[in-house]
Amino acid sequence: MSQNIVEIKDVTFTRGERVIYKNMSFNVPKGKITAIMGPSGIGKTTMLRLIGGQLKPDAGDILFDQQSIPKMSRKILYQVRKKMSMLFQSGALFTDMSVFDNVAFPIREHTSLNEELIRIIVLLKLELVGLRGAKNLMPSELSGGMARRAALARSIALDPDLIMYDEPFAGQDPISMGVLVKLIKSLNNVLNISSLIVTHDVTEVMSIADHVVILADKCVIGEGSPQEILKHESPLVQQFLQGLSDGPVPFHFEAQDYTKDLLSEQSEGEYQ
Amino acid sequence: MVSRKIEILVGFFVSLGVLALVMLALNVANTSIGSNGETYTLKAKFENIGSLKVRSPIKVGGVVIGRVTNISLDKSDYLPVVAMEISKDYSNFSETTAVNILTSGILGEQYLGLNPGVLIGESDADDELNDLFGQEKLKILADGDFITDTKSALVLEELIGQFLFNQGGE
Amino acid sequence: MIAVWQRLGKSTLERFSSIGRATSLLLGSLFSMPNIKKGTPLLIKQLYYVGFLSLTIVIVSGLFIGMVLALQGYTVLQGYGAEGSLGPLVALSLLRELGPVVTGLLFAGRAGSALTAEIGLMKATEQLSSLEMMAVDPLKRIIAPRFWAGMISMPLLALIFSAVGILGAHLVGVNWLGVDTGSFWSIMQAEVSFEKDILNGIIKTVVFAFLITWIALYRGYDCIPTSEGISNATTKTVVQSSLAVLGFDFVLTAIMFSS
Repeated sequence: MSQNIVEIKDVTFTRGERVIYKNMSFNVPKGKITAIMGPSGIGKTTMLRLIGGQLKPDAGDILFDQQSIPKMSRKILYQVRKKMSMLFQSGALFTDMSVFDNVAFPIREHTSLNEELIRIIVLLKLELVGLRGAKNLMPSELSGGMARRAALARSIALDPDLIMYDEPFAGQDPISMGVLVKLIKSLNNVLNISSLIVTHDVTEVMSIADHVVILADKCVIGEGSPQEILKHESPLVQQFLQGLSDGPVPFHFEAQDYTKDLLSEQSEGEYQ
Repeated sequence: MVSRKIEILVGFFVSLGVLALVMLALNVANTSIGSNGETYTLKAKFENIGSLKVRSPIKVGGVVIGRVTNISLDKSDYLPVVAMEISKDYSNFSETTAVNILTSGILGEQYLGLNPGVLIGESDADDELNDLFGQEKLKILADGDFITDTKSALVLEELIGQFLFNQGGE
Repeated sequence: MIAVWQRLGKSTLERFSSIGRATSLLLGSLFSMPNIKKGTPLLIKQLYYVGFLSLTIVIVSGLFIGMVLALQGYTVLQGYGAEGSLGPLVALSLLRELGPVVTGLLFAGRAGSALTAEIGLMKATEQLSSLEMMAVDPLKRIIAPRFWAGMISMPLLALIFSAVGILGAHLVGVNWLGVDTGSFWSIMQAEVSFEKDILNGIIKTVVFAFLITWIALYRGYDCIPTSEGISNATTKTVVQSSLAVLGFDFVLTAIMFSS
């Protein structure tokens, strides 16, 4: 049995004319917290959708538990998806159901347990994220951090093997960020699952990750434990980790020569 | 997951829809003579059918017994032939039956008026009577038969023309 | 010149791929195995949103349109001394044309736009993706119940519209303008045939329901998940389904009522 739950092998993916990934490879080890980091707009969320089978790579292979995701039939893919779950950036709670029904939803859909048992499971999961008291609230009544925690309870409802977090810390205040960091860490240990976090919040994720993958320029530029990454010699990695405004990733968007641009008489467009 | 209130309101909505259908079917539409009753077809040739149309009613003494189903032109003599669909309940018209094109009111729609003529009873008594008078047995009109005694539609222009002609003759 | 051709070709290709996506949406939701136990509550919920909540607008418009028809028809028919024909005039206009068409337009505005906006918003808030990741087919869970709710609700709404319209015409014609109630109903009954008028009207509404619901669901499912994209999709739903209703109404009328 392999040590990796997900293996990305030489994946190339293009959207329209734009190349997002070129021959990208990395692994997500089993039972650990893996963080994918990189500047925004690099296609980190796309990577999660590729693993979830919502998108298909142009070339290369993606293995989940040694099974190739892109080659799966729709039916098998739906079976495999029951073993993974994804926490979306917005939480993606169903707005027409209460928190309780949201968490109960995957259980009701995929099992034929009776309501009494479902109630117990849902309350257990809500207790794990500390929202048992909010079970009767509607998603619109929750704060952003609470919505994300409720969504987290929903994504662990079926005890998956892998949870993928899409920007879990984006737009959170320091307290709820701390809560989420602690939750991700403890869920990973308590439930013995693998976690894959896509983020650009360096400090938070470095504190809990066991394995870090840094993406830039359509491929992996650095991979290893947080300690190895911090000592990485690549200037690009260092720029990203330290948050320098200029470096290998330029501050300026590609443009023609500054003086030439200012002096040119050509009008840029009628805004009046 | 669906509350009782929603279930009740949906039930109300569906029954309202069904109620509307029932009301339309019973109160608004004519369901007494339709496809459900069995029918047979008679034909008649007219000089002129005026503005008679497909689906015009066929009446006996004002009671609707059927509808016009087809109007065509006989290619041999260029006279219009009207096909009439008549309910099987009234299937004993004799060959002496006459058919007129009538108008309800002055400007109303035109309809076919059937005049049953000599009635044919079902008992044998009539046969005996007929034998007594040495009369030929009257035939009952069957599906596809022609009614020969027809009177065409009154065409207003022709009437006026005749009137003027008569005036001129005096 | 080549640029014009290129644009023409591009828009044609886009049109075809859009039709293709719409068809696959339809097939995916229609031919998915329905699960009676889980599907029925979903359908009932959608019947409530799509059907019951459209009831008010349909009843009120039906009533007023019937009343206006009676007023207008009466003035014209009175000139010929044919007030008795008010019944069939109103009934035939409602059953054959106004019932299906006006209900269709109202349904597109009331229910169609709501469907598009709801599904568009679900897409924008990643609820559809999240369903997919939970191994629940959104076509089955979200699209199919809404489609069937539309197909069931709209003919019922059109029947209610026509019935209420005739009652409204009765109110104005008989109670206010003094048309004889006996001749109102009896001439109507003599003129209206169940299979020719009522059944054809129902067939029309079923076709319209199919068009409106399909367009609304496709527009929502295919929209660009931004606030601008959703507003565009909603507008497109109302415009396209209204035009589709009017266009198909002509075609269906030509097939049904021209002898």
